[in-house]
Amino acid sequence: MTPTLQIKDLSLKIGARVILDRINLSIHAGEIMGLVGRSGSGKSMTGLAAMRLAPENASIQGDIILEDENLATASEKHLCSIRGRDIAMVFQEPMTALNPLHSIGMQIAETILIHSDTSKATALRQAGNLLTRVGLPPETISPARLPHELSGGQRQRVVIAIAIAMKPKILIADEPTTSLDVTTQTEILALLKDLAHQDNMGLLLITHDLAIISEMADQIALMKDGRIVEQATPQMFFNGVASSDVKELLVQPVTRTMRARPSKDDTKPVLKASNIVCAYPLPRASLFAPKRHLRAVDGVSLTIRKNENVGLVGESGCGKSTFARTLLGLAVLSDGNIEIDGAAFPSPNAATTHNLRRKIQIVFQDPYSSFNPRQTIRKVIAEPLNLLDARPDKKTERRMVTDALSAVDLSPDDAEKYPHAFSGGQRQRIAIARALITEPEVIILDEATSALDTASRNRVLELLMRLSEEKGVSYLFITHDLSVVRSVTDRLLVMKTGRIVEEGATHDIFEAPKHPYTQKLLNAAPVMKQFEPASP
Amino acid sequence: MTNTSTIDGNAATPRASFIAGSVIVSTVVLLAILSFFWTPHDPTAFDVAARFSPPSFTHWMGANHLGRDVFSMIMVGARVSIAVALVAVGIGVGIGAPLGLVAASRGGIIDDAIMRGGDLIFAFPALIVAILITAIFGPGAINAIIAIGIFNIPVFARLTRGSALPLWNRNYVLAARTAGKNRAQISLEHILPNIMHLLVVQATVQFSLGILAEAGLSYVGLGAQPPTPSWGRMLAESQTMFSFAPWLVLFPGLVIFLFVFSMNLLGDGLRRRLDPRSEGVS
Repeated sequence: MTPTLQIKDLSLKIGARVILDRINLSIHAGEIMGLVGRSGSGKSMTGLAAMRLAPENASIQGDIILEDENLATASEKHLCSIRGRDIAMVFQEPMTALNPLHSIGMQIAETILIHSDTSKATALRQAGNLLTRVGLPPETISPARLPHELSGGQRQRVVIAIAIAMKPKILIADEPTTSLDVTTQTEILALLKDLAHQDNMGLLLITHDLAIISEMADQIALMKDGRIVEQATPQMFFNGVASSDVKELLVQPVTRTMRARPSKDDTKPVLKASNIVCAYPLPRASLFAPKRHLRAVDGVSLTIRKNENVGLVGESGCGKSTFARTLLGLAVLSDGNIEIDGAAFPSPNAATTHNLRRKIQIVFQDPYSSFNPRQTIRKVIAEPLNLLDARPDKKTERRMVTDALSAVDLSPDDAEKYPHAFSGGQRQRIAIARALITEPEVIILDEATSALDTASRNRVLELLMRLSEEKGVSYLFITHDLSVVRSVTDRLLVMKTGRIVEEGATHDIFEAPKHPYTQKLLNAAPVMKQFEPASP
Repeated sequence: MTNTSTIDGNAATPRASFIAGSVIVSTVVLLAILSFFWTPHDPTAFDVAARFSPPSFTHWMGANHLGRDVFSMIMVGARVSIAVALVAVGIGVGIGAPLGLVAASRGGIIDDAIMRGGDLIFAFPALIVAILITAIFGPGAINAIIAIGIFNIPVFARLTRGSALPLWNRNYVLAARTAGKNRAQISLEHILPNIMHLLVVQATVQFSLGILAEAGLSYVGLGAQPPTPSWGRMLAESQTMFSFAPWLVLFPGLVIFLFVFSMNLLGDGLRRRLDPRSEGVS
C-alpha cells in the first residue's frame, strides 16, 4: 500500500542555517505517526514544511508527496486549495487559532464554503454535525457562541472540527494538548485517535511527551538537531533498539523518593496566608441587578515553614495563579491576610512592604515573556536589588550577579548577553537567578517547568532542590503537572474553583487520595504504557 | 526528482526603498544646512533683469516674477519647513509620549481624562484649527509650529498608551513589580524601550505630515512671512503664472512631493529594521 503522505529527503534552510536535514517520513491512511524530540529539534518545522507553511525566508529542498501530488513544487494558489481540504493542521494554542469575532459555527462553515460549492445553510448544518462529532453537540454548546465563551479544551475541539471539516487525508497536530489540563488532554487525545481510525485519516502527532506517544502512536520517529535519528514501532522504540538518543529522551521525571525531613511543626512559618479571598466585579446582569462578583480565590489558607516545599495543584482557571499574585501583592486582596516572616503583608507602611518583598520572589511559566528583550542578563538579574535598603555599589553588584549566575550553572560571561540568546531551560535558570539574588525566604514557582522538555525540566528541578539545601529557601510549586509535585514537595494542596479540596502530605495524597477531584486528577495523568520486550 | 524553491518574497525592495528614502532626505537636509553658509544667489535679492528666466546655468531652477533665484529659495525654504516640522514632532513626542505612558500605567480616571482630552483635540479638523490659531495669534513660523505641534500630542499619546497597555501584562513587568519598582520606573525601564521603535516610525510619519501642513499654512499665507522663502508660499505666488513659467510651480511642488515621499520610505524602512520581531535585534 502506498503511503498517503510521503516526505522524501526534505531539507529546510533559513539563511545558511540548516533547520531540517533530509527528513524522510511516510504516513499511511489511518496511521498515527508520532514525532518526538526535544524543543528546538525541528519537530514543528517539519509539520509546517509539510504544509508548505514554513517562514518566508526559508528555502526547502526535497519532495512532499501527498497521494500523487508533489506539494514541494505546487504553486501557492494550488496549495491554498489543498490546505484545509486534503491536509489540515491543529496548533498548540487554541486561544489564538480562532478568530475572536466569529461564532464557532461560522468558522467551521467558512472552511466548508471555501472548499466546496454548498450553500451557507448546508455548510452551517454540516458545522453543527462536526461540532457534535467532536463532542460539542448544539443542544449544549450553541454554534452561535464566540470563542471567548468556551474553555481551552472546548476551543481545541472547535479547532479540530475545523481541521476535519473537509475530511482531510492527513491531519498534523502540533502539541495539540500541551496547553490543556491533564483531564482535558485525555479526552482530546481519545478524540484524535477515534477520528484517525474512523475516517481513515493519517495523523502526524507532534509532541515532546513520551507518555502520550506511547499511548497513541502506531509509528514513532525521533528527531534531533533537524534529523530523524530513530524510527520504529512503539514496541521497538521503547524496548530493544533504543539508541542513546532515545535513552536521553526517555529519562523519567526526577523520581526522588520522599525527602526525609524532621517534623517541622515547631519551625517558624515563613509564609502564612489565611482565608484569602480574591473577588473581581462582574458586569451587572441588568441595570438594577445587584453587583455580582467572581470569587477567583475563595477562602484559601496556606502555611509554608522554613525549608519546606509545598505544592498547589489544580486545573487551569482554578485560581491558583491569581492566588500566587495575591501572595506577591500584585492582585487585589479582597479579604484575609498574609504574613511574611511574621509581619503583615502588604503592610500599611510602604517602606515595610518594600522590605518584605525581598523575602518572596517568583518564577513564571513562560520563559519567553519573563524578560525585557532589550535588557542584558546583568540588568535582568540585578533588578530585584532595588529592594535592598542600600543599593550595592557597582563592584558588589557585579559580584552578586556572577554568584547568582554560577549558582544556577550559567557562565558569568552570560551576564552581557540578551535574553534571546538563551534556550527555554536556560531562561528558566536565569529567572531563578533573578529570584535568588535578594536571598528570599520563599520562591513561588508558577508552572515554572511546564514549558520545558523532560531533560531540561529535570535539570531545573535538580537545581531547585540543590539550592533549597544550600540556601534554605522554601518553594511553593504551582502546577498542573503531578509528576513534578510528587518528586519535590513535602506537602500538597489540591485546588478546585477557588477552594482547597484536599490537603496533606504529598505521599499520603498520592497513595490514598480522598476527594473525588484529586482521584480524577491522579487518574488522568498520562502514564507511560508498558510494552512487552520485543520478541527476537 | 528534487526541486529547489525559495519562498523568499521581495526582500530586496524594502531595503532599496529605505536607501533611496534616506539618500533623498539627507540630501535635502544637507542643502538646508548648506543654505546657512552658501546659496547660488541671494535668495532675498530682486534681480529685475532675470525675471521669469527659465532654468539655466546661472538660475538652475529659473527665477520668479521678482527675479529671485528659485533654487536658492528652495534651499532656504527647506530650512523653514524642516525646522517647523521637527519642532512640531518634538512637541508631540515630548508631551504626548509621557501622557500616554502615564495613562497606561495609571488607568482609571487619569487614563480617561488624558485620552478623552486627546479625542477632543482629534475632533477638530487639524488644518482649519491651525489656520484659526495663526489667524488669531498672527501668521509666522512660531505660531505654525505650535498649531501643528498641538495636533501631534494626541497622536503620540494614543500610540504610546495603546502599545504600552499590553506590555503591562508581560511577566517581566510583573517581575519588576515584585522587585518593588514603581510605575514610573517600570514605564521608563521596561515599557519605553520596547515601544521606542513605534514612536520613531510614527515620528517620521508625523514629520512628513508636518512638512505638508507647513506648506499648506504658508500657501494660505499664515506660515513664515516674506521675505523668508517658504515652499508653500512659492507655490501660491506662482500658480497664476503656471501658463508661461511652469517651472515656478513645478520645482517647489516636486521638492515637497519628493521629500514627503522619501520620508515615508525612510519611515517604512525604519519600521522593518527596528521591529523586534525582525531578526538581528539586540
